[in-house]
Amino acid sequence: MSTSTDETAQSAADPAGIAGAAIRAGDRTFLGLSRGAGILVLAVMAAIAAFLIWQAIPSLQANSANFLTEQAWLPDQTPSVFGIAVLAVGTLVTAVIAMLIAVPIGFGIALFIAYYARPKFGKALGFIVDLLAAVPSIIFGLWGLYNFMPAVTSFAQWLSEYLGWIPIFANDKQLWTKSLLMAGLVLAIMVLPTISAISREVFLQVPRTHIEASLALGATRWEMIKMAVFPFSRPGMISAAMLGLGRALGETIAVALILSAVFEVNLHITEPGGNSFAANIALKWGEAGEVGRSALIASGLVLFLITLAVNMIARWIIARRKEFSGAS
Amino acid sequence: MKSTRALTCAALATVGALVLAGCGSSSGGSSPNANCASGSIKAAGSSAQGNAITDWINAYQTQCDQATIDYQAVGSGAGVEQFVAKQTSFAGTDSGVKEGDLTKANDRCAGGPAINIPMVGGAIAITYNLPGVDGLILTADVLAKIFASTITKWNDPAISALNAGKTFPDATIAQFHRSDSSGTTDNFTKYLSATAPTAWTFAPGKDWTAPGGQGAKGSDQVIASVDGTAHSIGYVELSYLFGTTNAKAALIDNGAGPVEASSATASTTIAAAAITGSGNDLLLKIDYTTKASGAYPIVLVTYEVVCEKGLSADQNPALVKSFLTFAASDTGQNMLNASGYVPITGSLLTKVRTAVSSLATS
Repeated sequence: MSTSTDETAQSAADPAGIAGAAIRAGDRTFLGLSRGAGILVLAVMAAIAAFLIWQAIPSLQANSANFLTEQAWLPDQTPSVFGIAVLAVGTLVTAVIAMLIAVPIGFGIALFIAYYARPKFGKALGFIVDLLAAVPSIIFGLWGLYNFMPAVTSFAQWLSEYLGWIPIFANDKQLWTKSLLMAGLVLAIMVLPTISAISREVFLQVPRTHIEASLALGATRWEMIKMAVFPFSRPGMISAAMLGLGRALGETIAVALILSAVFEVNLHITEPGGNSFAANIALKWGEAGEVGRSALIASGLVLFLITLAVNMIARWIIARRKEFSGAS
Repeated sequence: MKSTRALTCAALATVGALVLAGCGSSSGGSSPNANCASGSIKAAGSSAQGNAITDWINAYQTQCDQATIDYQAVGSGAGVEQFVAKQTSFAGTDSGVKEGDLTKANDRCAGGPAINIPMVGGAIAITYNLPGVDGLILTADVLAKIFASTITKWNDPAISALNAGKTFPDATIAQFHRSDSSGTTDNFTKYLSATAPTAWTFAPGKDWTAPGGQGAKGSDQVIASVDGTAHSIGYVELSYLFGTTNAKAALIDNGAGPVEASSATASTTIAAAAITGSGNDLLLKIDYTTKASGAYPIVLVTYEVVCEKGLSADQNPALVKSFLTFAASDTGQNMLNASGYVPITGSLLTKVRTAVSSLATS
């Protein structure tokens, strides 16, 4: 009896049964490799964070204006004056526009491929949407600048004419090119394949029993999706959206080519102007002096923290919903 | 079996022959030039002079096949940083390293001073797209008001006053400037501050600070925007106007009559620049307010920052001196005209050659 208590005590403390089992060299190596990979990733993250903080300090000390509210960006002047107000607003506005457009369309494509289309056609469509992810960012920027711009300009003109009474669509400058709206739309297209690919995989994971059960109860296809698919895939859909948001926040070259880079907070999204963290670094790095470079790294640090915060919120939302889904 | 062995032998023999052929030194077409040096050097810096340096490198390497020069157009700031960090043998910069920052560069040269040598000049053309209007004439004051967005329409009386006989449309001026940091912006804003201080109240610098207008990334984007947008105006280096369809260069009236932007008119202004550096340091102060006739006032000069003495042997000072001698020679400076740059001329060129010849080779 004591042996069985020992065994139960052992299995309680060690549910996977690793400790007592015969450990071969292969197991040990694999354990070491996977642990090493995990530690390596953590080490790289820590190194990046340390680098950002270390390099950003000189400029933050030299700054004579409030880093968070100042609109101008003149770090190499004496006295140094720079702040991230314009960059933060630009980054968030373009990301929000991109999300508002890409998320519903991405989920729509994924639902269509998983539940409405014929399997072969669905696969082909999925393949093509994934191909969109393979297009380099700079191609998006150039296409946006030369081909997409006229269409967006007409759309923006329409918006400011008929919806101009809404403050964000008002346009006082009578210029509609190189605006935050334009950048947001191009970002939406860039982010779409990520969202659609991940949510498609998630939707395909819903157990057939749930789907069959709701259909057997007489639900229409849309009701089935509402009842069986969404509750199950909510965490996955949120991570798809968050990954898309991560890309939208960090997109550099396409935004640098499109935005007019004016250092003034302007919430009229159809007017030219705006700047984002990543685009600012790309535009200013080559010619920046010492304080300038340090200031750009400080702005990079803020972007790093914003992305970290966004991801942590996403993880928290998913964790809260864990017990309602199969993902545990 | 026999055939595969024979095949293997033949393959090995071919490969061996190719390898040995590759290892042999290439005799080269021309006899070794007395002014050639050998080895390799790395340089980095200003993108404004990027094309000029590339042309020089190609010409030099064709003549001297034992030399390899690698120039990365990463931007002036990054270029000077790499030079001070001993990663490159010389740096290219749009604005020259000033007295205060020169001390850091002096440390890099182990005491022997770091000096600025102007090598490439450029003209900043004011490019506009107005269908039906050729030879637009502008003064510094009107130019400043256009770029500060105080004059917003093409049919403004200030513009018509300078251009008798031309009809201007009632259209908004679509002004384009650089969204990225640039030496072109630096020189243009310095010109506006010097010549129109009441109309242009913004501090000159590499970043555009005036309100209004639209930013475009790089001179190539600015010229593309102006060429593609009717009723637009912008500023680019003269070389970017080659091959445009609608964009033309405006004439600038500095008080002595309208002057066209060209290599000859720009080199007049550059040659008359005052030297603010001491000894062989040829940092220039360009007189943007020049009233000389036939002088185009909106110019820029790019410098090579080198160690006069004290460059370590592994950074190959002999090749640096040889390459810069070629660049400062008549052949080198004449090559600049073909790519839209402005050569250094006159007594300034003599001083440049003196500075280059004083570079230590060890």
